[in-house]
Amino acid sequence: MSGWSVTEPSARSKWIAGTLVVIYTVITLLPLVWIISTSFKSGPDSISYPPKVFFQPSLEGYVNLFTTRTRLGAEDFAALPPPETWYERIVRQQGMVIAGPSRFGERFMNSVIIGFGATFLSVFLGTLAAYAFSRFRIPLKDDLLFFILSTRMMPPIAVAIPIFLMYRTLGLSDTHLGMILLYTAVNVSLAVWLMKSFIDGIPREYEEAALIDGYTRFQAFRKVVLPQAVTGIAATAIFCLIFAWNEYAFAVLLTSGKAQTAPPFIPTIIGVGGQDWPAVAAGATLFLLPVMVFTILLRKHLLRGITFGAVRK
Amino acid sequence: MKSRYLGASAAVAIAAGAGSVQAETLTLCWAAWDPANALVELSKDFEAQSGHSMRFEFVPWPNFADRMLNELNSGGKLCDLLIGDSQWIGGGAENGHYVKLNDFFDANGISMDDFMPATVYAYSTWPKGTPNYYALPAMGDANGWFYRKDWFTDPEIMAAYKEATGEELREPQSQRELMQIAKFFQGREIDGKTVYGVSIFTERGSEGITMGATGALYAWGFKYENTPGSYDMEGAVNSPEAVEALEFYKELYECCTPPGYDNAYMEQSLDAFKSGQVAMAMNWFAFFPGLYADPNTGGDKIDFFVNPPQNVAASTLGGQGISVVSYSDKQDAALEYIKWFAQPEVQKKWWSMGGYSCHMSVLGDPGFADTAPFAADFLVAMEGVRDFWQEPAYASLLLAMQERLHNYVVAGQGTAQEALDGLIADWTEIFEDEGKL
Amino acid sequence: MTDTPADRLARATPPAIARRVRGLGDRAIAWIFVAPTIFLLLAINIFPLIWTVRLSFTNFAANRPGREVEWVGLRNYERILTDERIWANMQTTAHFLFWTLFFQVVIGFALAWLINRRFRGNDLATTLIVLPMMLSPAVVGNFWTFLYQPQIGLINYTVELFTGIPASSFSMLGPGGLAKWSIIIVDTWMWTPFVMLICLAGLRSIPDYIYEAAEIDRASKWRQFWTLTVPMVLPFLMLAVLFRGIENFKMFDMVVLLTGGGPGNETLLASIDLKREAFEKWRTGYSSAYAIILFVTVFGLASIYVKALNRVRER
Repeated sequence: MSGWSVTEPSARSKWIAGTLVVIYTVITLLPLVWIISTSFKSGPDSISYPPKVFFQPSLEGYVNLFTTRTRLGAEDFAALPPPETWYERIVRQQGMVIAGPSRFGERFMNSVIIGFGATFLSVFLGTLAAYAFSRFRIPLKDDLLFFILSTRMMPPIAVAIPIFLMYRTLGLSDTHLGMILLYTAVNVSLAVWLMKSFIDGIPREYEEAALIDGYTRFQAFRKVVLPQAVTGIAATAIFCLIFAWNEYAFAVLLTSGKAQTAPPFIPTIIGVGGQDWPAVAAGATLFLLPVMVFTILLRKHLLRGITFGAVRK
Repeated sequence: MKSRYLGASAAVAIAAGAGSVQAETLTLCWAAWDPANALVELSKDFEAQSGHSMRFEFVPWPNFADRMLNELNSGGKLCDLLIGDSQWIGGGAENGHYVKLNDFFDANGISMDDFMPATVYAYSTWPKGTPNYYALPAMGDANGWFYRKDWFTDPEIMAAYKEATGEELREPQSQRELMQIAKFFQGREIDGKTVYGVSIFTERGSEGITMGATGALYAWGFKYENTPGSYDMEGAVNSPEAVEALEFYKELYECCTPPGYDNAYMEQSLDAFKSGQVAMAMNWFAFFPGLYADPNTGGDKIDFFVNPPQNVAASTLGGQGISVVSYSDKQDAALEYIKWFAQPEVQKKWWSMGGYSCHMSVLGDPGFADTAPFAADFLVAMEGVRDFWQEPAYASLLLAMQERLHNYVVAGQGTAQEALDGLIADWTEIFEDEGKL
Repeated sequence: MTDTPADRLARATPPAIARRVRGLGDRAIAWIFVAPTIFLLLAINIFPLIWTVRLSFTNFAANRPGREVEWVGLRNYERILTDERIWANMQTTAHFLFWTLFFQVVIGFALAWLINRRFRGNDLATTLIVLPMMLSPAVVGNFWTFLYQPQIGLINYTVELFTGIPASSFSMLGPGGLAKWSIIIVDTWMWTPFVMLICLAGLRSIPDYIYEAAEIDRASKWRQFWTLTVPMVLPFLMLAVLFRGIENFKMFDMVVLLTGGGPGNETLLASIDLKREAFEKWRTGYSSAYAIILFVTVFGLASIYVKALNRVRER
């Protein structure tokens, strides 16, 4: 794609397109920027009326996110030794002491284990199935594909009660494995469908050449198809991760303590007296980071994956 | 033995017992809010004394009932101790989720006479009022009010109020006076900002609007049944007083709340007050220590009052008792915790940290009223508390009321009479399903 | 399509060579690759679904384990289908579904088309635009209640800044009919990037030579757009619509945290109502029937849609 081409847009149309997209980007990022900036506000600043655009930055939100704080009786409070750490100082300024860590760290780790576990598994299974659907004669192929898709149509609540009862019998309730399997089951339909469209785009001739060279079918899949599908895998992984990372309904209904993820936790961080907006915003910001990093790391793949067909044909 | 040493000796007793009972990790479940955090701090004493360690599972209020009832109904072992809402006691007892505590109380010299009667009745007994105890009163609570004392005592504002209404600006002595004050503040400019009258509960999803509107309903004399235990609701639930009270609540919502407070519960009410939008607000006493300590609107800018009477003096009950979950494998250790918690010394510390003790050694102390600006109000409020149904089917009963009230008050559908008539129909159906009618 | 060169090759390969290759047969590989997925779906989706169907004919209540379960036949279905309230919820759901899809397709496609102009920095723009959909819907719903707050929120304040309409004069989530549009705004904000990405994939899958050929035929840009671009992107776009449609039909988390179905029942989507029946009122039998009705509806709509999609694809 070098040099002049009839399909290369003119400089003017590029400029107009660029401007429009930048305007959209700014508008769409505004709420996000507001979340991030709220995470650096103090409690009173966050609910000031009218809203404050400029403010004294504070780490209160982040400290509150990770700690459980409480008030002491006036005498006990006065008798405390001076704060030792910077975060203790921030808590003391609010007239409180740290009673212990909050559950955010645990919830976050649960999200990491479950989110990435389910993503890996659904992409793995999805790629295998998609390859089979793309390349082989499978009886009732279209029906099977539709069946796979149809499993995604079920409202989570519809199966939540039986799953709950079933998991309890199997000892899977409130476990990481149970949630990973559940999210994989929900995601695998997307993975199959997306991967199938990517694999459909890989010319069969490559595998055929490999087969003639003496590769087995499995080797051909592993050494020829997979490397070419890597872009599609990356894109699919992003979509799967986004779902598994952020899922709420099952998490709130099926997990209670050990395996609960962060999404049910964040929206309801109640500080002393009312919703602690800076802490909620801090939680949302930190929780966005891993997916954001993951996406940016795989961005090349995502974008190249998208251009893939055009480059090859 | 004076109370001072009681704590220590009980500790010795527990420590002696600890030899036979192995050290356990107990999980205590409660809602995520201020008092729960205080309990974490308080429980460090228990950990030190007993050798057991404590884990806490705090569920946010909007999910608290769903999550915990789900857990109980499936026989879950997550919680060894549960500080469950007062309305769960019926289901907890009838479905065998809670351990009956009578024998334990007798064996350990814990007497329910040491606790405030209203809290024992509300948090511990099932069937109501009988000496069958399924919980120890842990956290007393009621819906109360707070206001901007700095505005109420501002000479200019006071003069303006006098001119507008011919009366003195003061803590409202009746529901009607509360509305009059709210109307006065609504839309007024104070310190260059437009302020509003009150923030009240209007939330649809969990229990908000019911808890708010019953504040008015009870004050007008609302009753659930003509005769307690008869499920005979016609003429009680939709009495003329009830209709008037509900119309009042709707008018209060329409005349005097800040814009956007149409799905407001605890958090929103607090936000409205702390951001300086409203002159008065309702909320649970549990939040009052935090409000009093707020750097912007606390201290001498705030004061508190009990839900004003109209026909009778009454407040909506909040609060919880602490129960031992019958599915727990660690019931002995859990009972140890309750025994520790029931000690007067611990109860006293509980109150000093912002937990509302129900123990008479705390509440009956002559100096109690001076310990906090809302302490005296708390005693008054708890004298007149009324609670929602505590039936096993309470969740369905509550949802029906939420829907009827919200549709009438906020969405403006139908009349108060229709809402309450419809509510009786809903409740009748639920009780029929339950086989109680 | 069924008779691939590989198949022909397999048939043409003498058995001895095939054995030497020591690979599994295509058929075996096909099943080994597909089976785990099918098994997982059977275990975690289909089995519970059958269970739900069974429960839907009973009066089972999950919160009353001791109570005797009665077989009530079709009574639950009858009650639901004759309940006006449920029909109102279905309408609310349809309204939400239609407008979110409409806005997301229009904006998503337009954005993809603009980004495909390949201006400098389009990669960066794409990455930034995609960010909202990476947030948790629950967190989004929760935080937007804050943004929509008339006094302390950003949205009304911004509206006041640009239009002069006082911020406190309207409430995006309050009574007055705005709420059902407010949830559409949030969903569109969050999910337009998804549609955009898939459209972009479609646009970039169009080989350059097709345009070059059209250029040689002197087809106008406008004509190229309608006869080349749109048909080539359509299968991708339809796939995006399918996924968004299914997701939004069962939309729960974001709206529940945003409005809880209020004010009144203005934004009470069917799935929120279902959750209330199942996990708050604990009418397990009744809500199972409700769930089955919802599932059959979306399943029916989706099968018709997928048929159309396949037809478009085959063209």
